[in-house]
Amino acid sequence: MLKDITIGQYFPGDTIVHKLDPRVKILITFVFIISLFFINKFYPYLLVLGFILTVIKLSKVPFKYVFKGLKPLRFIIIITFFINAFMTKGVELFSIGPLTVSEEGLYQAIFMALRLIFLIMGTSLLTLTTSPISLTDGIEKLLNPLKIIGLPAHELAMMMTIALRFIPTLLEETDKIMKAQMARGADFESGNILNRAKNLVPLLVPLFVNSFRRADELAMAMEARCYRGGEHRTRLNEIKMDKIDFIVITIMTIFFGILISTRYI
Amino acid sequence: MSNTMINIENLTYKYSTIDEKSFTALKNVNLTVDSGEFLVILGHNGSGKSTLAKLMNALLLPTSGNVFVNGMDTKDEEKLWDIRQTAGMVFQNPDNQLVATIVEEDVAFGPENQGVDPREIRKRVDKSLEIVEMSEYKNHAPHLLSGGQKQRIAIAGVLAMNPKCIILDEPTAMLDPIGRKEVMKTIKKLNKEENKTIVHITHYMEEAVEADRIVVMEKGEIVMQGTPKEVFSKVKEMKEIGLDVPQVTELAYELRKEGIDLPTDILTVEELVMAL
Repeated sequence: MLKDITIGQYFPGDTIVHKLDPRVKILITFVFIISLFFINKFYPYLLVLGFILTVIKLSKVPFKYVFKGLKPLRFIIIITFFINAFMTKGVELFSIGPLTVSEEGLYQAIFMALRLIFLIMGTSLLTLTTSPISLTDGIEKLLNPLKIIGLPAHELAMMMTIALRFIPTLLEETDKIMKAQMARGADFESGNILNRAKNLVPLLVPLFVNSFRRADELAMAMEARCYRGGEHRTRLNEIKMDKIDFIVITIMTIFFGILISTRYI
Repeated sequence: MSNTMINIENLTYKYSTIDEKSFTALKNVNLTVDSGEFLVILGHNGSGKSTLAKLMNALLLPTSGNVFVNGMDTKDEEKLWDIRQTAGMVFQNPDNQLVATIVEEDVAFGPENQGVDPREIRKRVDKSLEIVEMSEYKNHAPHLLSGGQKQRIAIAGVLAMNPKCIILDEPTAMLDPIGRKEVMKTIKKLNKEENKTIVHITHYMEEAVEADRIVVMEKGEIVMQGTPKEVFSKVKEMKEIGLDVPQVTELAYELRKEGIDLPTDILTVEELVMAL
């Protein structure tokens, strides 16, 4: 059951969106988030919607996958909506008991909710179309210049890769330990929160001990395979910018330029 | 090139524990491994065989005595990476030695660390995966493979570093019988077809039968060595140190005790059938 959880909901494909340099995709997502906060009217949202639909179409990711990303965050969206609706002062529209909804409040609420929805859809498109490996590769390359101020870019990327590699292994192990403890009468499913938390101890202790052992063995195996940090290291699949990447960068610069400038006209 | 791949002289290794006591894992071990040899080290838990393997790869350094890998002293820090490249190492737990989330990326890990040119890495990765017969899985995630397959990926990862010698530290201990067979087949192939020197550490007697030479370890010392036929013919001595001999050999031994005239060096079913 635990095996079904996938971290990084990558949707494999061979489209232009998938093939784009991960660095370009990460930067676009980054600028996309920033420009969302520049928008202060409704009509630029049409542009954003158009952009997201185009990317979905190009990447051939089923629409429901993109929508699934919204599900875990639906409460945040709803709460934001209501807080904005009730807390903004202005011309009264209607009231329910002590709570009043103003015209400005309703406007603000819809505006904020849309912003959040687009934000989540945009970022989940990044993880849907970029494999974890190229994502970490991209992050490593992007952080490289920060090495000057002492940021361990390679080490961070290596940590992410190992974490990704071991998530399924550890989930499997959790499942195994859980069953072993259940066979000996452990109870993970009843009682109040405090009791349940207490009952997790016999699960967490072996899991932690085993993780340390794994870490030790992995470190040894990595050393045996000549791992000595990021220096002088080459890559099997070196990421490099193509013509298409530059074309996309140009188009996106213009697009985001227009999007941001709508704030000032 | 010299004919000796690994040369161990008067090697002693002590583990120090927290309360300042030390535990001697290896006592005065002398051993040479020839180029192209298929050597099996037998011994049960705590006999020091895993420690010996780590000393051959400079993961541990001798307390006293010397270990030379292809003429390089493991104490020489400048030669450290050359030694690890010459003598690749495969560990027991297949899960804990795979680094990357995709098979071919993992095989590439070794040569990437060595700073090999990407095109050359590609060639080595493809070739290594072909040798271990895992080419069709190169884009799979390792956690979806079986134990035997994972272990073969680990072997491919070592192979991609172009080692002259491969040390396998109980690579079959955590596998099911099918996985064990696959891995043994691969190891034999490496020795016969790729001319790699193999140091195979195990406690399965059946795996030792096809070795060129067997070294038996007990309490940190080498107690017996010789060809499989020589070692396994000493059924009584093997039993005394708590080790088994292959089932067929034991059967022949028991039959001989009952007065049936059989040679002492029977290792396979065919040999026994022929002798009877």
